[in-house]
Amino acid sequence: MYNYVFDGSFEGLLCAVFNWFERKPGQVKLQTEATFQPDAFMPCLQIVNEREKADRVWRGLQSKLSKASLRKFYCTYLSELEEGYTALFEFACYLFAEGPAIENNYGNPYVLALSKIAKKVEREKHRMEAFIRFQHNADGIFYCGIDPDFNVLPLILTLFKNRYADQQWIIYDLKRDYGLFYDLSKVEEINIDFKQQPKTTGIANPIVSAKENLYALLWKDYFKSTNIQARKNTKLHVQHVPKRYWKYLTEKQFEQDQPEF
Amino acid sequence: MSERLREKLNILADAAKYDVSCSSSGGNRKNDNKGLGDSHASGICHTYTEDGRCVSLLKILLTNHCIFDCAYCVSRKSNDITRAAFTVEEVVELTMNFYRRNYIEGLFLSSGIFKNADFTMERLLRVVKKLRLEERFNGYIHLKTIPGASEELIREAGMYADRMSINLEMPTESGLKLLAPEKTHQQVTQPLGFIKNQIVQFKEERKIIKSTPKFVSAGQSTQMVIGATPETDKEIMQTAALFYKDFSLKRVYYSGYIPISYDNRLPMIGSQPPLIRENRLYQTDWLMRFYGFHVNELLNDANPHLDIDIDPKLSWALRNLQHFPVDINVAAYKVILRIPGIGVTSAKKIVQARKFGKLRIDQLKKIGVAYNRAKYFIKCADSPYQLKDYQGSQIKSFIQAESQSKYLKYDTSQLILF
Ligand code: SF4
Repeated sequence: MYNYVFDGSFEGLLCAVFNWFERKPGQVKLQTEATFQPDAFMPCLQIVNEREKADRVWRGLQSKLSKASLRKFYCTYLSELEEGYTALFEFACYLFAEGPAIENNYGNPYVLALSKIAKKVEREKHRMEAFIRFQHNADGIFYCGIDPDFNVLPLILTLFKNRYADQQWIIYDLKRDYGLFYDLSKVEEINIDFKQQPKTTGIANPIVSAKENLYALLWKDYFKSTNIQARKNTKLHVQHVPKRYWKYLTEKQFEQDQPEF
Repeated sequence: MSERLREKLNILADAAKYDVSCSSSGGNRKNDNKGLGDSHASGICHTYTEDGRCVSLLKILLTNHCIFDCAYCVSRKSNDITRAAFTVEEVVELTMNFYRRNYIEGLFLSSGIFKNADFTMERLLRVVKKLRLEERFNGYIHLKTIPGASEELIREAGMYADRMSINLEMPTESGLKLLAPEKTHQQVTQPLGFIKNQIVQFKEERKIIKSTPKFVSAGQSTQMVIGATPETDKEIMQTAALFYKDFSLKRVYYSGYIPISYDNRLPMIGSQPPLIRENRLYQTDWLMRFYGFHVNELLNDANPHLDIDIDPKLSWALRNLQHFPVDINVAAYKVILRIPGIGVTSAKKIVQARKFGKLRIDQLKKIGVAYNRAKYFIKCADSPYQLKDYQGSQIKSFIQAESQSKYLKYDTSQLILF
């Protein structure tokens, strides 16, 4: 058995698949540089990234997989999970060996793993789309900082771009330290130097626009008023909005003092 | 100024909350004018109330002043409550600013009837027109159709709204007579029918002239209040089935009555809202819409009420054991859909996966089948050989013992009210 070590990039992963078909080394264990522990008894191969090879594998996947499966493939990559990388590698090898028919063979552990991990990533994407709360800052930009479990920014980009076409916004992934900035015409990737600015998730930035506090307060009021006390069901509530997401939510922030207007 | 706005919002959101429809899906208004919002991909629940209901729209009344006196409604004329009314501008500002912060998918605007139906409808129309034309708002708008409003106003409103709804309120005419003598079902069916025909007509025109505007593209819905009047589940669901068919409704909502009045025609204040019953009705609704069940299979003269302790699919299966066990390796998709413990997603996966070989128990579990429930109704590659046939009642008790029915700990007595 071989250790395949790649750099964690999408290109690297695809090159690992290419390499396996070139050399046919039998069973391999795929690992990222970040987590790789050298093992004296197992030979190790460092995957070299080559754009052209990666492209060939990607084109191969595109021609053999349905749109839905390609999306699962990409989502699983964005999970950044070790077992996700393994599943992708094994899935791709299985696909190229057996042909397109296997894409829905849920009896196969890797096909199933892809489906399951992709589902988790899609759920996190969905939660971010739902739970992001923009705060209107004094500079006119609508801002929100997030720290999602998976790298979902590439997945939520389109939705926000389509919706908020007439306002500038930033969504910043604090965990992965990069963000998206929309400047009224295009979305760009940005890095913010937080030494200048406080690092906050969701809300609670002090430099807000004049009306920001009013609308945040009105939203909290609304959240309270729309509740029906006689139907209270905290268990269901927490199931839908797990506590770890509350920090994002304007309606879940309770100050000691009511702001003045 | 902001204090008054807060007060209005509190009153008018509170008064609107008994309308349970929250859906914001089905819209197809794309943001192609560089405005704000896109109802094309809407349907997101941005938060959940503490009672676990989805919040996706800013749901408010334009006013809670009302000339009518419907006994089941908090805004009824004779109720001693604080009244308020938003201006058109206030509703527009709230909607825009909430939307900009990603709080909501759009607006759900309803109203008490002040002066008369047309006067009210005209105000609602002004709000949606301002949002669409002046603010270039492309988010989701759900607008109430005011019973008795003129067809011209309804037609114009339909060009700006994604969804329109008008509530049936009571599942039967006699129930409505009892609680709202001024109202009839006909006042509801007439605009429903009008809008339905307009939807069809606009669609036809769009086929020929591309620029024909959209008209209520997310369709219509209605709501029935459950448990305020003594209808059986059978009557409720037959009404629902009829309305789905006659008016091509997108959704029927069932709202367990929350006691808000000392009127002796109604359940007392403090009595529990019939939440489990409401849940069972929704399950039945899903079985009708997505699982291919006919309402009469689930509810009929022999079974006019849904079981409270088990869901309607299991209860149907137990009454119809002659259809089981189903061999999941050969049965048609629609037959598999009817097996308790197998949902739409698992059924689809089964049909895909079995092409690669006969499925075994462990694979079914991994696919997502609730095997402990399904096992009484299926055969697969390695099903254990069963010596005796169980009775429906035995299967029911096995399943309940396993799932320790989470529902039984609730008080079920509320259902025997009538
Ligand atoms: S007409 Fe509508 S708002 Fe007025 S009392 Fe009846 S249900 Fe309530």
